[in-house]
Amino acid sequence: MAPSIHAPGTRPAVSSGLEKAPTGIRGFDEITGGGLPRGRASLVTGGPGAGKTLFGLEFLVRGARDFDEPGVLLAFEESAEELADDVASLGFDLAGLEAGGHLVVDACRVDATEFVTTGEFDLDGLFIRLSAAVQAVGARRVVLDTIEVLFGALDNEAVVRAEFSRLLRWLKDQGLTTLITGERGREGQLTRYGIEEYVSDCVIVLDHRMHDEIATRRLRIVKYRGSRHGTNEYPFLVTDRGLMIWPITSTQLTYPVSTDRVSLGVPRLDQMLTGGVHRGSTVLITGSAGTGKTTLAASAADAACARGEPALFVSFEESPDQLVRNMRSVGIDLGRWVGAGLLRLWGQRATAFGLESHLAGIERLLDETTPGIAVLDAVGSLTHIGAQSEVTAAVAREVDMMKSRGITGILTSLTHEDQGETSSVDASSLIDTWLLLRNVESDGERNRLLFVIKSRGTAHSNQVREFILTDRGPELLDVSVGPRGVLTGSARMTQVAEERAAEAERRGELERRQLDLARRSAEVEAQIALLREQLATETAELDRLVVEQSRGEDARAAARATLARRRQGDLPRPGREA
Amino acid sequence: MEPTCGADSNRVDGPSKEYELRLYLAGHSPKSVRAVENLRRACEEHLAGRYRIELVDLLENPQLARGDEIIAVPTLVRKLPQPVRKIIGDLSDTEKLLVGLQLRSAGGPP
Repeated sequence: MAPSIHAPGTRPAVSSGLEKAPTGIRGFDEITGGGLPRGRASLVTGGPGAGKTLFGLEFLVRGARDFDEPGVLLAFEESAEELADDVASLGFDLAGLEAGGHLVVDACRVDATEFVTTGEFDLDGLFIRLSAAVQAVGARRVVLDTIEVLFGALDNEAVVRAEFSRLLRWLKDQGLTTLITGERGREGQLTRYGIEEYVSDCVIVLDHRMHDEIATRRLRIVKYRGSRHGTNEYPFLVTDRGLMIWPITSTQLTYPVSTDRVSLGVPRLDQMLTGGVHRGSTVLITGSAGTGKTTLAASAADAACARGEPALFVSFEESPDQLVRNMRSVGIDLGRWVGAGLLRLWGQRATAFGLESHLAGIERLLDETTPGIAVLDAVGSLTHIGAQSEVTAAVAREVDMMKSRGITGILTSLTHEDQGETSSVDASSLIDTWLLLRNVESDGERNRLLFVIKSRGTAHSNQVREFILTDRGPELLDVSVGPRGVLTGSARMTQVAEERAAEAERRGELERRQLDLARRSAEVEAQIALLREQLATETAELDRLVVEQSRGEDARAAARATLARRRQGDLPRPGREA
Repeated sequence: MEPTCGADSNRVDGPSKEYELRLYLAGHSPKSVRAVENLRRACEEHLAGRYRIELVDLLENPQLARGDEIIAVPTLVRKLPQPVRKIIGDLSDTEKLLVGLQLRSAGGPP
């Protein structure tokens, strides 16, 4: 069975005391907090082709199949065969459910041209048929599609109104969860005959409108008595597995998170992200044309396959063969993984189908391949098939699909140089890691730079790296940051060479100066030695003089003494005689 | 179910046409009774001898409602002559009944 947001048989938490019947319609039970009011009547209204009948049928089929609640469909507009054909393409087997006693489809077409009314009547025929059908399968759900035709076909409107109101009372008394479809009326009226007056519990409006030449379906809950509900207009899709309503942003945010790191296949990039990105997170690679977004994404897929994890690569721009060939030229051999059954390549022009089938296709691919990593290259192509807001919503849904499955998602998106760093798909708030590739043009070259703009939960590098594509896959190099700014390519090489020469020169200079210093120091030492020698010589000379002096004095004193003795004079006065 | 045959008489249509009529009812409500009376009277007056009436009570045979796609009661179904016509209500307006059975054009009596 197709996976629904809530596992079959379980009911999501009900926020109020009102009991709800899960519809099983993907996304609807989420925004209503559980589904339609149980045992009451709800109205779904919309213009032609808005998807009212499908909504009703899916409610019945999923009820009968997934929630063990048999149902009855009274179809006033289409025959049983037409209805069966309508939903066969959604994988719903009406005939099988009828045969199994889970469903009654009773077509009671009312052709106004066949009718004449004369006098009093009532709708007991309808009551009798409905109650017989309800009893036959023990129905818990009833869909009336589209009961409004009775108002047009039977010309006594007062009687139809009274009978309709009696019918609703009867359905409520029986505890049947009822869905009534209605055709949208003119001038803002919800229904053509104002039947919303009778159905007061829950009113859903479906809308199918053209915007920018693109058809979009939207769902809005106008009223839900006694229950909290989302009030936005929610885009919805008719997929090949039923309706899918997606909240504009993920309302739940209850994904399982992992602290595991996953390599993106470029070792230095993994280092910048402290070991890769978190498993189950979403990576956005933006860049202008030819910056290597696809190659980087392919390298991540290649790394996943090398670890033995299945990978999915969805390309909206290249065919699988072309992708394999192009990646081989940069040393990434995707072909061997395809051969080994690990890699699923899927190529489809975005413009081939609308957003609806696109999303349905992606979801199917994710379910079929259950990949560890999924690449969507490039989500910006979707802007060709949807208005900006729808594409953003679609991308949000894709991110949601991958996160809820624990798949590491890699989205690429084209940016234009003149638009700076804004992505053509405004999904940057949804993603966890954002890598920006940028072309820089200088010295007649274009080279690529890689920036890690953000990476949640990662102490990521703030460095710019040059991103080069070698024949062994992508690699990162340090950029040269010099007085002339960030240099890449041959400018970087020139810069490196210049730096080396300058370095050698500086080293030579130093050596020369060291030698010089040594020589000078030797000179100084020599001078010091010479001076010391001179000093020593002078000291010795002085000593000699001192000795000579004292020796002379002694001699003179002796001579004077001798003389005095000879003259028999007074004692000499030494100071004057000298 | 009680087929009824009337005597030969015709004024509007050609003499060859046989009318096969089936009247769906739900029990014996006043509406049902009135519808049967009104139908019998009109048939005697306008289709004497060339009509058959079958009465179906849906309370007894609810499954029969699906065949002729009956929603309202009383409903008179003209099975023959083709095409099938349905006339809803207690048939109190004979004019409208005759128009519905195409015994008289919508513009009034010829």
